[in-house]
Amino acid sequence: MKIKKKTLILISLFAIMLSSSAMASDGNGLDSGATAWMLTSTALVLLMVPGLAMFYGGLVRSKNVLGTMMHSFVAMGIMTVIWVIIGYSMCFGENVLGGWFGWNPDYVFLKGIDNNIMEAGVPEYVFSMFQGKFAIITPALIAGAFAERVKFKSYIIFIALWGILVYNPLCHWVWAEDGFLFNLGANGAIDFAGGTVVHISSGISGLVAAIFLGARRGHPNITVRPGNLVMTIMGAGLLWVGWFGFNAGSSISSGLSTAQALTATQVAAATGAITWMIIESIHQGKATALGFASGILAGLVAVTPAAGVVQPYGAIILGIAAAAICYLAILFKEKIGYDDSLDAFGIHGIGGITGAILLTFFIRKAWMADAAVAAGGTWTVMQQLGVQVIAVLIAIVYAALVTIVLLWVINKFIGFRSSPNNEMQGLDASYHGERGYGMLNPN
Amino acid sequence: MKLITAIIRENNLDQVREALIEAEISRITVHRVSGHGQQKKEEIYRGRKVVPNLVPKIKLEIAVNDDFVDITVNTIIEAAKSGEVGDGKIFITPLEECIRIRTGEKGGQAI
Repeated sequence: MKIKKKTLILISLFAIMLSSSAMASDGNGLDSGATAWMLTSTALVLLMVPGLAMFYGGLVRSKNVLGTMMHSFVAMGIMTVIWVIIGYSMCFGENVLGGWFGWNPDYVFLKGIDNNIMEAGVPEYVFSMFQGKFAIITPALIAGAFAERVKFKSYIIFIALWGILVYNPLCHWVWAEDGFLFNLGANGAIDFAGGTVVHISSGISGLVAAIFLGARRGHPNITVRPGNLVMTIMGAGLLWVGWFGFNAGSSISSGLSTAQALTATQVAAATGAITWMIIESIHQGKATALGFASGILAGLVAVTPAAGVVQPYGAIILGIAAAAICYLAILFKEKIGYDDSLDAFGIHGIGGITGAILLTFFIRKAWMADAAVAAGGTWTVMQQLGVQVIAVLIAIVYAALVTIVLLWVINKFIGFRSSPNNEMQGLDASYHGERGYGMLNPN
Repeated sequence: MKLITAIIRENNLDQVREALIEAEISRITVHRVSGHGQQKKEEIYRGRKVVPNLVPKIKLEIAVNDDFVDITVNTIIEAAKSGEVGDGKIFITPLEECIRIRTGEKGGQAI
C-alpha cells in the first residue's frame, strides 16, 4: 500500500498532539491557563478600588472629592501591607483560638510560599494576592457610610483594625478549609465570592458607623447635588468589569465554574440595572443615571455569593430582587433619617443579605446533589436556607459588635468624627491641603 | 438698595453662609473666582511649598435693602475673619433697580 508522504506527516502530527496533556502545564503541577486567568482576576479586582473611588468620589461635594477617593486609595496601601504580614495567615492558616481565626507561621510575610504551587495549579502567591484584593476593597466600602465627616488618620487606624478583627476572622470562617461556616451543614454556607465576607460585613459596619458618628452637618437639608456624576457612572462601569475578576476569579480556576460565575455576574448586573431604571421611572418619573449605576451595583452585590451556584434564570431573579429591595431600603433610610451617606448599607448590606438568602432557591441541581452525598443521604433547600441564614446572622452580629467597639475606642483616644470646622471646610483642604477640581461651581 | 460684594476665603463659605442664614439674610449668589491680592498663599505641591499667582476665592453677591446693609456686612466679617492676610474684602455699590422675574415686582420688595 502506497502511503503518501503528506498523509504520514499528518498522522504523526496528530499522534503527537494526542499524546501531550490536555492542560498546559509544566512538571510541578502549574496550570498556566488557570494562573493566567487568576493573575488577570487579581488585577481586575484591584481595578475595582479606583472604580469605587470614582463612584463614591463623584457623589460627594467638590470640597470632599479627594478625601473620599483617598478613603479607597489608602486602603490599597495599608491593607496590602497588613495582608502580607498577618492577613493571609489569619485568613487561610489553620484554626487557632478556638477557630476565631487562622494562623500559619509560613504565611507571615508570605515567607514560606515562595515556591508553592497550589493544588489548583496556581502559584500560592497569586492566590494570596487575589484574596488580598478582597481585603482591600471591603473596608473601602464602609467609607461610603460616613463620607464627608471623618478624620483621615482615624480612618486609617479604623480600617487597619477592622481588617484584622472583622474581615480576617469572617474570611477564615467562610473560606478556609477548617472554617466553621465553610463546614456548616452538608457542604458549607454558600458564599462564592464574598456576599457575606465582603458586602454584609461592610454594609452592617457602615450602618453602625453612620449611626454612631451622627449625620453630616445640616442633614437632611444638605444639598444633594453630587459633585461629578460623570465620574460616578464611569466608576460603576469599572466596578462592573472588575467584578468579573471578583466573581469569576473566585472559582480559583479557569474552567467551567469560572464561565458559570462570569455569566451569572453579567446577567445579574444587567437585570439589576434595568429593574432599578424601571422602578425609578415609574416611582419618580425619570430614570436617573445614578439610579442605573445603583441598580448595577445592587445586582452585582446580590450575585456575589451566588455566582458559581446559580444559573442565568436565577441570576435574573437575584438582579430583580436586589434592585427592588435596595430601592425600598433607600426610601426607608430617608424615612428613618440616619445618614448612610453613600448607601453602603442600603446597597452592600441589603444587597448582600438578599443575595445570600435568596440564592438558596436557585442553586443548580448538581450542587444540591453533591451536598446530599456529603450529608450522607438527602439535603433539602430548606436545610441549606437554614445554613445561609445562620451565616448571615453571624456575620451581621459579629461585624456590628466589633465595629461598635472599634468606633468607641478610636473615638475615645483620637476622635473619629471631623471637627465642625474641618467638616465645613472640606476634607480636601483640612486633611490633604489640596483641591480636587480646578474652577467648578461651588456646591 | 445696595449690592454687597464680598470676596472671602474658599474655606469659609459654609461658615459665612450659615451665619447669614441665621441672620435671616438668605438670598445670595456664590461664585468661584481667583485673584491677586496682598496674600502670598503657600500651597504644598508634590512635596514642596509653592506660591501660586492667582489665589482661589469665593465671591458672594447679596442685594439688600439699606436697613440690612450693616447686619449683612457685620455677619460676613465676623464669620470670615481670621486675622491673617487673605481674609478678603467687601464692596458696597448702590443698586439702581431690582426686579423679580416671576411677578414683575420692582424695588425694595423684590429683594
